Amino acid sequence: MKPAPFKYYAPTSVEEALAHLAEYGYDAKALAGGQSLIPTMNFRLAQPSVLVDLNNISDLFYISPDENGGLRIGAMTRESQIEHSALVAERAPLLYEAMPHIAHPQIRNRGTIGGTLAHADPAAELPAVSVALNGRFRLRGQVGERWVSADEFFVGFFTTVLEPDELLVEVALPPMPPRSGWSFQEVARRHGDYALVGVAAMVTLDDRGRCQQARLVFLSVGEGPVEAHQAAATLKGQAPTPEAIRAAAETAASADVDPSSDIHASAAYRRHLVNVLSRRALEQAFERAGLRD
Amino acid sequence: MSELFPVAVTVNGTRYERNVEPRMLLSDFLRHELGLTGTHVGCEHGVCGTCTVIFDGQAVRSCLMFAVQANGHEIVTVEGLGTPENLHPLQEAFWDAHALQCAFCTPGFLTTLVPFLEENPNPTEDEIREAIAGNLCRCTGYQNIVDAVKLAAERSKAKGNT
Ligand SMILES: Cc1cc2nc3c(=O)[nH]c(=O)nc-3n(C[C@H](O)[C@H](O)[C@H](O)COP(=O)(O)OP(=O)(O)OC[C@H]3O[C@@H](n4cnc5c(N)ncnc54)[C@H](O)[C@@H]3O)c2cc1C
Ligand code: FES
Ligand code: FES
Repeated sequence: MKPAPFKYYAPTSVEEALAHLAEYGYDAKALAGGQSLIPTMNFRLAQPSVLVDLNNISDLFYISPDENGGLRIGAMTRESQIEHSALVAERAPLLYEAMPHIAHPQIRNRGTIGGTLAHADPAAELPAVSVALNGRFRLRGQVGERWVSADEFFVGFFTTVLEPDELLVEVALPPMPPRSGWSFQEVARRHGDYALVGVAAMVTLDDRGRCQQARLVFLSVGEGPVEAHQAAATLKGQAPTPEAIRAAAETAASADVDPSSDIHASAAYRRHLVNVLSRRALEQAFERAGLRD
Repeated sequence: MSELFPVAVTVNGTRYERNVEPRMLLSDFLRHELGLTGTHVGCEHGVCGTCTVIFDGQAVRSCLMFAVQANGHEIVTVEGLGTPENLHPLQEAFWDAHALQCAFCTPGFLTTLVPFLEENPNPTEDEIREAIAGNLCRCTGYQNIVDAVKLAAERSKAKGNT
């Protein structure tokens, strides 16, 4: 099918884009990579009467080092630019490793980091990764800007705290603490398909080699990124032995997640995957943490 | 009909200017406005890959872009890769390795693989399979397509060495 008619604006500045969004409110949509929005418009599941195209706002395309050792990424940065960035590989290796799991090369050449975060698909990789990395998002409206942590940004199924007249303009990722390790694991039917289950893991060891902090954030098991708080609590202060890791993975699967069944996988199978992927992710992350200081 | 927007775009080296509704997909623009029907349309939601074109040097889905967004940009479609008398080396390898049957999918495979091979002239089999994971073919079973890519890579290496 074809999209319904809409009014089209292609502003070259954020201010101009915000003015259009403020004028039309819920009738308007920002157009980033279009890789989620245009399919839904082609099916007429979405029929926005106004599109505000962000592709000509050159200020929103960048990956830059932050003075604190972290990273700043402009909302319109293409997924493929992040995938091939040496700076991202060095400063946010978890993000770097997750990128090739998103869709296919042709989609990543258009899709943007801001788009995938704002879209908040529970099966998407980057919402979970940004929570695991303690990311912070800069949101701008006509009246001003605010910073929201990734934790607070995702509020449910395809839902975020973004107001209709606000734009996500920047993603800030803090530096990795010393003695930290990471892992991204997912199972999909075919490379590039949405994951049946995926997990983003970050761990930090204390100076005696015990677990100081562990974060496991899942995709495709709930209405948004789902963090395994109970599994993390079982690891805190423990040496990351195979037994401790196995117990944490079992806690994640039995206590932290409550997946549902759909045509792609049953709830029981998803729970099984949570267990297996948690174990793999923790093993790899702790091993890497031991190698880095 | 809503307001028309001017689009000036270079396709396969030729400059075209048209006025279009903003809702016109790039795939429809290429096929209906420019008559370049080599770019096929299967699913119109980004899944099948047959509408892939090379946009400023990169493979993208033309069904997931609006024609207005191509204003000022450069596109190569399958028609721009080679001619029947003078096939692109990858087209020749597809022919020799029997990498097509009905050929509905072929334009999308070629436009996906040409930029891929430029970036990665010596791909492993796994890399080839990953590169084409976003293109569906209902006929070949993919094996001959993978073989064709290997053949093209070998030939270009041999040529580079002589
Ligand atoms: C076949 C296919 C497979 C895919 N597989 C995966 C996958 O495995 N994993 C995955 O994560 N994704 C997948 N995707 C989605 C892809 O990653 C999209 O690019 C991404 O989800 C949306 O990014 P976009 O830039 O294209 O946003 P758009 O489609 O342009 O926008 C999406 C939504 O976000 C809003 N928006 C966009 N940018 C902003 C902003 N800066 N501020 C406020 N609101 C904004 C838009 O208004 C719209 O509502 C797939 C897509 C396709 C077509
Ligand atoms: S028609 Fe564009 S991906 Fe299928
Ligand atoms: S050759 Fe028929 S779909 Fe690929």
